[in-house]
Amino acid sequence: MWSSKNSVHVFGSPTSSRPTTCQLFRPPLQQQYVVITILAMPPRLNIVVPIKRVIDFAIKPRINQTKNVIETNGVKFSLNPFCEIAVEEAVRLRESSKDLVESITLVSAGSAKIQDTLRAGLALGADKATLIDIPAIDDSRSLELEPLAVAKLLKAFVEKSNANLVIMGKQAIDDDSNQTGQMLAGLLNWSQATNASKVTVDEASGVVTVAREIDGGTETLSAPLPLVITTDLRLNTPRYTKLQDIMKAKKKKTEKITPEDLGVDITPRLEIVSLSEPAKRTGGGKVDSVDALIGKLKGAGAI
Amino acid sequence: MMAPLLRSLARVGRLLPRYSTANCPIRLLSTTKPLRSPISSILEFDEDVEMFRSVVSRFNADVVAPRVEKMDEEEHIDPIIISSLFETGLMAVETPEEYGGAGASFTAAVAIVEELAKCDPSVSVLNDVHNTLVNTCVRKWGSDYIKETYLPSLSTSKLGAFALSEPSAGSDAFALRTRARKLSDGDFVIEGGKMWITNGAEAEIFVVFANAEPEKGYRGITAFVVEKPWGVNVVKKEKKLGIRASSTAVLSFDEVHVPKENVLGVYGQGYKIAIECLNEGRIGIAAQMTGLAQGAFDRAVSYAFNDRQQFGKYIGEFQGMQFQIAQVASEIEAARLLLYNAARIKEAGGQFVKEAAMAKLIASQVAEKTASRAVEWMGGVGFTRDEKVEKFYRDAKIGAIYEGTSNIQLQTIAKLIQKEYT
Repeated sequence: MWSSKNSVHVFGSPTSSRPTTCQLFRPPLQQQYVVITILAMPPRLNIVVPIKRVIDFAIKPRINQTKNVIETNGVKFSLNPFCEIAVEEAVRLRESSKDLVESITLVSAGSAKIQDTLRAGLALGADKATLIDIPAIDDSRSLELEPLAVAKLLKAFVEKSNANLVIMGKQAIDDDSNQTGQMLAGLLNWSQATNASKVTVDEASGVVTVAREIDGGTETLSAPLPLVITTDLRLNTPRYTKLQDIMKAKKKKTEKITPEDLGVDITPRLEIVSLSEPAKRTGGGKVDSVDALIGKLKGAGAI
Repeated sequence: MMAPLLRSLARVGRLLPRYSTANCPIRLLSTTKPLRSPISSILEFDEDVEMFRSVVSRFNADVVAPRVEKMDEEEHIDPIIISSLFETGLMAVETPEEYGGAGASFTAAVAIVEELAKCDPSVSVLNDVHNTLVNTCVRKWGSDYIKETYLPSLSTSKLGAFALSEPSAGSDAFALRTRARKLSDGDFVIEGGKMWITNGAEAEIFVVFANAEPEKGYRGITAFVVEKPWGVNVVKKEKKLGIRASSTAVLSFDEVHVPKENVLGVYGQGYKIAIECLNEGRIGIAAQMTGLAQGAFDRAVSYAFNDRQQFGKYIGEFQGMQFQIAQVASEIEAARLLLYNAARIKEAGGQFVKEAAMAKLIASQVAEKTASRAVEWMGGVGFTRDEKVEKFYRDAKIGAIYEGTSNIQLQTIAKLIQKEYT
């Protein structure tokens, strides 16, 4: 209805899915005013959830002294707890509002054994999964896939899959790096909100508000999409997977790609020099008066 | 000259055990799915089963463990456990997906029973009776009408019970006296009483065995699906030595009107259903007992190696303790192998009666011995209720009694062996 002479089409940022249209009216007489009509669809979330397969949290890891690696033979592996929280958060976003979430894609890198872990994530409610197949990185060599390499792989994957939101665990319980999310946001040049304890999405504007747990307390950030969020423990409590969902997860799509497909070099830059268990706690002592306590602390050089 | 030689050869030949196809070793390792690697162990399961085990082990830690002691003291299963079991899909393991189930294998159902028993054998038996007895009966022998009417609610909300035994009909199950009087329109009226019914107090759907034609003896026994509101009364809940939280009820059926559509299987062939169900149920109980043994073992051995020191070292380091621990561990492994062997044969469609009887017999014996040792290994502390190991000792005793006493198992095994050797 608007004549092309008087209307200007402005395309929004790469992540919004519809163009916005500005229209300038120039009435013939005295008053000139500008009416800007924005026709925009609320952003739909295309979520990527990277996950990691780790030694089950309940198991005490042991070191294989001869090979200088963590013993992984016969050990139970599971989905990293922070990653589980990330998948749960993505599913909750979908349940919070119809049509908000377009898709939830899982991605993980390593050997074929990761299929089981991806399936656990699919059973929680994700739609599809991608395995970045690196046969050399089997369970015992997982430390050779470093956070920077993972961040590069994820950057390539996220760009390929047109995602506008990445929700991932803040760290894996095997190496406790707490780096990958931050590096990924840097490589993508996206905003980041790490250690999230609460996530709210304003559907109209596409602004995400995240409460972060930091040393001093809670910090609240808000940022527009696209965004990388890393999850902290108190963000949510993952649901129990129903057996029916575990069986249905078998039918969900899982694709395999390689680091070469993504054009990423994953050669490690760090070398593990040695691995050792933390020193065992030696017994303390008991004192029966405050003076004796002060004496002991002074003797130990603590005060 | 050859004749005496041939005669003695013939005599030797008769003495050699004859191998029937039932003993073919290949069948022992057959499953409906190929094992991931060339046959490594009968205890290697496919991912479905392993994922289910993780779900149950988390369920145990979060939902069951905090409630075990209270449920045992109050002799009552917390309704939250029953509803959580339904919500997680643990009450419809083998039920096909179109009826709301998980559509998984028999081995998966058995693994779930085993895993639940590691935490609470009462919860395990509730799940076992519902899954391997009630769900299986309805699934295998139910008409389309019965399946459509009952499987969905059995999958999502209604607990089932298996009502066969009576005061005068335990091992001699077919001496049951509950009658099903046939009416002119084809419907039935059930009258009588049942005893020793697991889940009896909480169940809403009952598989009831009644005799419609007593003059034909056991050939009149018919199975029915009966809903509680039709008149099933819980007369009494037994106070028991063990599995106290599981309800074991005396039921009475007072002129309970049952429509003819609710006949399960073929009229007059209820005895076949009972026999087949009980054969399968044995594997379920073997799983419960194996899980119980493992649970008691884990508790006590962890204590012996990590918590208790005497004479300057952990009690688990004394050779006497180590030998006992090793012996018991070997027996639990043996029981588990018997269990999963029977489960796999059954799943593959082979003859599994002897293997199932052996599994239940041995598992119940191992459970009793393990639990007894576990209390001893924990010493005085093991004798107190706070330490959560004496309960396994009390719970283990029922293993040798229900779903076929040990004497019945021995008799079943002996008769099958006799057939092989004659």
